Parts: sequence; C-alpha cells; structure tokens
Amino acid sequence: MQTQWEGFSAGNWTEEIDLRDFIQRNYAPYEGGDDFLAGPTERTTALWGKVRALMDEETRKGILDAETKTPSGMLSHPAGYVDEQLEQVVGLQTDRPLKRGIMPYGGLRVVKKALEAHGYTLDAATMDIFLHYRKTHNDGVFDAYSDAMRKARHTGIITGLPDAYGRGRIIGDYRRVALYGTDALVEEKKQQLKKLDLPSYSSDVILHREEVSEEIRALGRLAEMAKLYGLDITQPAANAKEAFQWVYFGFLAATKEQDGAAMSLGRVSTFLDIYIERDLQNGTLTEQQAQELMDHFVMKLRMIRFLRTPDYDQLFSGDPTWVTEAIGGVGEDGRPLVTKSSYRVLHTLYNLGPAPEPNLTVLWSERLPRSFKEFCAKVSIDTSSIQYENDDLMRPYWGDDYAIACCVSAMRVGKQMQFFGARANLAKALLYAINGGRDEKTGEQIAPEFAPVTSEYLDYDEVSRKFDQMLDWLANLYVNTLNVIHYMHDKYNFETLQMSLHDETILRTQACGIAGLSVVADSLSAIRYAKVKVLRDETGLAVDYEIEGEYPAFGNNDDRVDRIASDVVTTFMNKIRKQHTYRGAMPTLSVLTITSNVVYGKKTGSTPDGRKAGEPFAPGANPMHGRDTKGAIASLASVAKLPYGDSQDGISYTFSIIPRALGRTQPERVNNLVGLMDGYFADSGHHININVFDKETLLDAMDHPEQYPQLTIRVSGYAVNFIKLTREQQLDVIHRTFHEKF
Amino acid sequence: MEGYLHSVETCGTVDGPGIRYVVFMQGCPLRCQYCHNPDTWAPHTGKPTTVEELMADIVKYRSYMKASGGGVTVSGGEPLLQPKFVAALFEACHKAGIHTALDTSGHCPLSLAAPVLQHTDLVLLDFKAFRPETFRKVTGTGIDQTVEMAKYLNEHKIPMWIRVVQVPGLTDDAAELGEMAEFLAGFSNIERVEISPFHKMGEYKWQALDLPYTLTDTPPATRGEVERTKELFRRAGHFVP
Repeated sequence: MQTQWEGFSAGNWTEEIDLRDFIQRNYAPYEGGDDFLAGPTERTTALWGKVRALMDEETRKGILDAETKTPSGMLSHPAGYVDEQLEQVVGLQTDRPLKRGIMPYGGLRVVKKALEAHGYTLDAATMDIFLHYRKTHNDGVFDAYSDAMRKARHTGIITGLPDAYGRGRIIGDYRRVALYGTDALVEEKKQQLKKLDLPSYSSDVILHREEVSEEIRALGRLAEMAKLYGLDITQPAANAKEAFQWVYFGFLAATKEQDGAAMSLGRVSTFLDIYIERDLQNGTLTEQQAQELMDHFVMKLRMIRFLRTPDYDQLFSGDPTWVTEAIGGVGEDGRPLVTKSSYRVLHTLYNLGPAPEPNLTVLWSERLPRSFKEFCAKVSIDTSSIQYENDDLMRPYWGDDYAIACCVSAMRVGKQMQFFGARANLAKALLYAINGGRDEKTGEQIAPEFAPVTSEYLDYDEVSRKFDQMLDWLANLYVNTLNVIHYMHDKYNFETLQMSLHDETILRTQACGIAGLSVVADSLSAIRYAKVKVLRDETGLAVDYEIEGEYPAFGNNDDRVDRIASDVVTTFMNKIRKQHTYRGAMPTLSVLTITSNVVYGKKTGSTPDGRKAGEPFAPGANPMHGRDTKGAIASLASVAKLPYGDSQDGISYTFSIIPRALGRTQPERVNNLVGLMDGYFADSGHHININVFDKETLLDAMDHPEQYPQLTIRVSGYAVNFIKLTREQQLDVIHRTFHEKF
Repeated sequence: MEGYLHSVETCGTVDGPGIRYVVFMQGCPLRCQYCHNPDTWAPHTGKPTTVEELMADIVKYRSYMKASGGGVTVSGGEPLLQPKFVAALFEACHKAGIHTALDTSGHCPLSLAAPVLQHTDLVLLDFKAFRPETFRKVTGTGIDQTVEMAKYLNEHKIPMWIRVVQVPGLTDDAAELGEMAEFLAGFSNIERVEISPFHKMGEYKWQALDLPYTLTDTPPATRGEVERTKELFRRAGHFVP
C-alpha cells in the first residue's frame, strides 16, 4: 500500500483503477441528522465576500473580463487567485477570477461574436491562425452537412445542436486524480496503448491509439498545471485538503480545455467524505475545517465561467454551466451512500447562500435515511436549489457509481460518455405531417414532399399515419446530423483531459432528445377526442386550428392522453434505434428542454392543441401550463407514466409551489414534500426540480408564466393556480401574501 | 350513487394531515359573507359523478397518501348536503384503507350526518362565530347544528380540528373568541385549532356571479392580529399551529 492510503481498506482498487470498490470498502454511511453541521468560518465569510463583490461587478458589467488572445488550456495562464491567504482550495480558469477564456477549437465565429458582444476584440494573430492554419469543429461539421441537415437546422425542427461549441456532457472521473495521482494514471494509459498494438490497424484502432497518446500528454499537462500553484499531484492525495484540491484540479483542467454546455462534476462528496473521516479520526481535522474545505471547493465551482454569445444566453437564460454533483443514492448492497459530506455539500447553500451552481442533484431512493430525506426537503423549501432523480429507477441500468451529466442524464463515472444530441422539435414534426413536409411558418419544403392533409377537420388515423412517416424521416436525418457533429468533435475538439480520466473501454451513448411532447400529446388528443378544424392560407398551408369540444389534456392523470404521450416517446425511440450511429454509440432519448422551450415555441406555428404560433412549449416533460386542472399530484402522475426504458437520457419535470401550499407548518411542509417525492418516485417518476417560491418569484412568474405552470396558492380548502389569475388578482395575492397580512 | 362535484384537487396539503385528495362538493346552505367559493353554493349543478368513478381516480394516488400519511378530504360547498354520497364514498375509502376527513360547517341534522361520521376519521369543523347573533350575521343561519355536531363528535371520540376565519370587524371580537376558546376547551376530541386570516381571493367570483360582496372595504387580518387570536386559544389549552 502507498503511504497516502494508510488507514484505508485494501481491495481491487489497490490493484487497478476502481473507484467504486474504494468507495464501497471505505465509506461511512450516515443515518443521523444535521445537528453536527458547522457554520462558515471567518475565512470562508471573508473569501465569499470578495467573490460576491466580483460577481456583483460582473452582473453590472455583463462579464468581468475576457481573454482576447491566448486560447484556453491547462497551461495557457499563470496561477490565479482570489486571495491566496484565504483560499483553502486554489486554481482559476485564467489568471484572474471570473475572467473568461476563449476556446476557438469548437468554432472561431462564436468566439469572435461573443467577444464583440461584450466589447472585446479577438486578437488578429489568433484569428489568423484559426482562419488559415487550424481548422475548427464548426468548420468540419459544415464541410460535411448535407442540404437537408442545413435546412432542418435553419427551420428549427432540429435545434440546439452542438455544432459550433463544445458538446459537453462528459464527466471525467476527477476522483481518480486524488486517489491515484497522475503518475499512476499515466502508467495505466501507457499500458492501454501497449494493449492497443493490435494485429490489424483499422481506422478505429488508429483513432483510439491517437486519443490515448493525447490523453497521456493531457495528464502530464494536468500535473504541470498543479505545479504552477506549487503543488505536486503526481502522487495520491494524502489528506482531505489534498483530496479536495486534487479533485478540483482535475475538474478545473477540464474547464480550461472545454467549454461544453454542461460540465458536470460527477459524484464526489461521498468519495471526499472518506478522506474527511480519516482525518477526523486522526485528529488532524475538525468539523469546522471539513466544512470550510467543502465551502471553499463549492465557491470555486460557483466561479466557473464560459464565454457565451447573447443568443446562447437567450436560449439558456442566465449563465449556466451545469456543474452537476450527484448526492446520496443507495448502493447495490442496500446501504445508503449518504455520508456526512452529503449533508456538508448541501449545507453550503446556507453557509454561502442559495445558488444555481453547482447543480446539486439528490439521487432519491425509498431507502434513503428518513433524516436525510427530511433535510433535503428542508433545504428545498429554504432555497429551491436542489433537483431530485430516481435512484431506484436508474440503479438497475447504471449501477451505484453513476453521476448526472447536465440535468438528467445518468452515466457510470469514468466508464461511459455521451454524444450530446440536443433535441428534435416533435411539435413541428406534427405540423410537417399535416402540411406534407412544408414548414408552417415559411411554406418552404423541408421534409420530402408527402401528401398533405386536405380535409377540413383532422382525422386521427390519417394524422397519426402521416406523423409516423414524418418521424421516420426525422429520426434518420437527426441521427445522421449527430453523426457528423460527433465525428468532427472527436477530430477537432477532442476532450483529451476528460477522456484521460476514463477507462479504456467505454460505453458511448447517442443522446437524442425531444421537445414539445405535451404539445404533441394534447394535439393528438384534441384530434381524437374533440374536433379540430384546419385554417389554411391561400397557398393551402395549414396555419391555424379551431377546436370544437373538449379533450383530455396531458397532466390530469388521464390514461386516454397519457398513453398517447408515452407512445410518442416509444415510437420515436424505436425509430432512433434503427439508425446507424457513429462509433456504435447506444442510442438514448431525453425529454428535456432546459429553458429553451420558449425559443422552440417561438419557432413553431400554431398547433392543433390550441396553442397559438410563437407561444412557448412547456419545459421538458411538463404538461402545458393551465391545462392541468386536477392539481399538482395528477400532473406528477401523468409525467411518471412516461417510459424511462425508452427515455434513458432522462425525463425532466419542473415543479413549483409556494411554501404555504405545502402545508401550514414547517414540519408539515417537510413531511408533505418528502411524501410527494416518495410517491412520485415510487410511481417511477424520473426527475423533478423542486421550486418553493416566495414573493420575488411570484413577481417573476407574472412576467414568465410559462416557467411556473403549477404555482399553487392554497388557503384552507381552496386552491388557486397563480397563473390563471388576472394580473390584478396576482397583484392582490402578492400584496396580501407578502405584506405581513395573512 | 351519484354526487354533484365542483372539482377535485390532488395536492391538498392544508385540509388534514399529509397529502390529500380533496373533493369539493357542489351546494351549500350557508351564505358566509367571506366565502371564497360562492360558485359552490348552488345545489344539483356541477358534474354528477358516481362513487365508483371517483374511487377509481382516488386509488391512483395511494403511493402519495401512504408516503405522506395523507388521505381523502371531502370539502365543498357543504358536503353534508349530499350525505348519502359522502357516506358511500368514505365507506369505500375505508375498505381501501384510506384515511378520511370531512370539512364541514356542521350545518346538517345529526340523523343525516351520522352515517357519514361512521366512516370519518377526522372532522375539520368550521366555527364561523360563537355568539348566535354573530353566527347568523356571518352565515345567514343559526349555530345550533354546529354545536350539536361538535358535541356528537366528542361523544363518539371522532377527532376534530376546529377552524376559525378571522375577519376584522366581523369575527375578531376578542371577548367572543375567548368565549369560544373556553367552550371548546371542554372537548377532549379537539386535536388542533386553526386560525386563518380573512382574504379576498374569492371576491372576483362574487363579481362574476353578480352577487353583492359586502367585505370589499374590509382589510385582511394582520399577522399580529392573527397571532393574538392564536395566543388566546393556546391559553385555553388548545394546540394552535
């Protein structure tokens, strides 16, 4: 055993890289309450004050600072600090806090545009290099795109594609840096390279050999980067402080090399807890110091920044990085993976205040300790900063050492990566089916020319049949487009550092996605259960619809329409499964829009469910706002029916409620929120965002009702859906609820 | 057996313990000045629904009820205007192992209410006022049946939550509230007393129904005023959340 491993139980992890084995043999499950937690230290408060001041300045200016010359990399900038005396975890993406690096390997134009939008100019020499000497991912993609792909991208039937920026959604196993040190990781990669000296050098083998060689160099640069901060990470971390630092360096290096849309952290808190426990037992660390390390680590995660264009910010609202950390869950042996550090990482929301990043994700299981469930519910009620995913549902697929990429995509850490595929707009596909492949907004022929629907009223069988044909075309075009993107991403913008923290043999998934599911389900339901009259323009293009009668809408736990929604998911997934995928990736599907449901709505004409042209879609798998009339649980129940087996990249649901609608007292609210999640997950719901809002958010809801579909106000025996009230009523509610008058 | 329903709410959290499926029944004999659901007054309107249909929907939510210690609450309107339906529904709930709560003003002859109460685990009893003249002013009817209901529940050891709506200038007389608190202190089946501040969220419904709303100028009860009432009940030995 290495000296740094003293006190740990040996096992397979000492023989080969096996993080799961290390965790299972060494972690200390915790079933107690939150009373052990420590508040912020003086150092934490002082440092966070400095970071906050910088963030405030950033908010005022748009961005604080940007690099204009040197492309970002592990060694592109000297060491940077917020305050070297205070920081317990060090390392910045560039030489100054919150200064944004440039990553032109994904695409030069995006970098140039983003800099210009913020008043900076890209250095002429740098531009020259990437225009004339170094091809980018974006250039490669457009060399290979077909006309059909360009058209589909232009009209937005396929949208959000990572063809001009980093694909992200790859999680390096950053824990490996701490457990083994970079020397051992390099040695392992060298062994892999030897094994890859195969009798026949196919293009796959050649590509793989090139990648492993690059990964070896990346690990070397990682160690060099740490040296800039005076630290030697070639050897394993010897204590908790080093473990935090080594893990962070791994993650930091990834964010210096890649600006992927989502840069998840993985599942590190229970791993780090093992080091904390050892130090606590040795008497070399106190609880205050342990929490301080966690607070400083999280502060650094909150400071991750990427340079984005205004379009991107409009699509994703805000400045998200999706530094997702998976917390809790249950092991395959039935022991909860909850440790004191599961509490400590959530406790940062109190010590540092609530924040969107890191994206704290609790893996919920029926078997989580009750006290932890209650703690999570309390944190949700206090901060609205946690999302939850169903560990009991995912464990059979992904084991007990998976993490979440971006929002909802589970993957085994260090053993799996994904080809992020954004999403296809199924609502638009339905309109193409009705219009014979013409775009409902431009009249342009986008899909192959099918016979359009010509009847005055839509017939369910006819529309379903044509929709099915349209999905055949779409699935094929969509997957081919993704194949182009990921071929070129591997070629011109390969994630060397992140992939160096993976096994040699990995599972790749082709993560497709859909938007507009509830619009499609409701449209088909309207066609089937009510009468939908088509309104056409002078060219015969169906541009609007009139509904006669009522139809069951998704979100009311009504099988007539819920089954339609599930069938759409399964049908499209099956069509995706038939396609050839780049590098033999396993196709998966997500029902997720992040916040771009508004933009997708803008690009889509009126739909047969009664939604008017340009109106937003519901986010993710949410029912359309205002159509769920039976309350929040009915809505949850509809979403929980969507088949995870056909949507293994995740099914996102966003739930918003005001504190008073969860119960009268804090213990009742906690109990009800725990019960709500236990019920939803027992019914095999996959994911839920929990928002418990107060005044400020109600005001925001007045301006953005589509983001608050279920904001409910209950007062003894009476419930109001906030967004259904008139503006005056909403103001009344806000006035009454928040001005000490209830 | 059919009943007239106004609507259902699958995420009820303030009408009894846990997460509850709340059934709002149509029809009410009272005409409370502060009513926020005047659209539930008219009887024999709304959606006729059978017990079987309703139960088929209710059982879909058992995992939530089980996980939170919830159940079914029947509210209204006044559910005891349709006692046979509610009795049959509660009996079916009990057969399915589901907790039942009745949200009522108590305005119903005991002979009609008894078969419902036989299958009721908890009664949320509205005490609109305590002095008969105030009660009549608020509701348009007498208090006797409410008091009889409370006594009956006590005798039969059916747990009860008392609910009071505090309306400034109408139901917030400290002396009267004190009398109510003292009177109720003699009941051993009261688990809690809930004091709710008056609000005007239902005013727009009065306007829509072309009904004269008398409380337009009445201010909502302040947090301090409500807290004083809560203290008053706590001093009389009640649990007031």
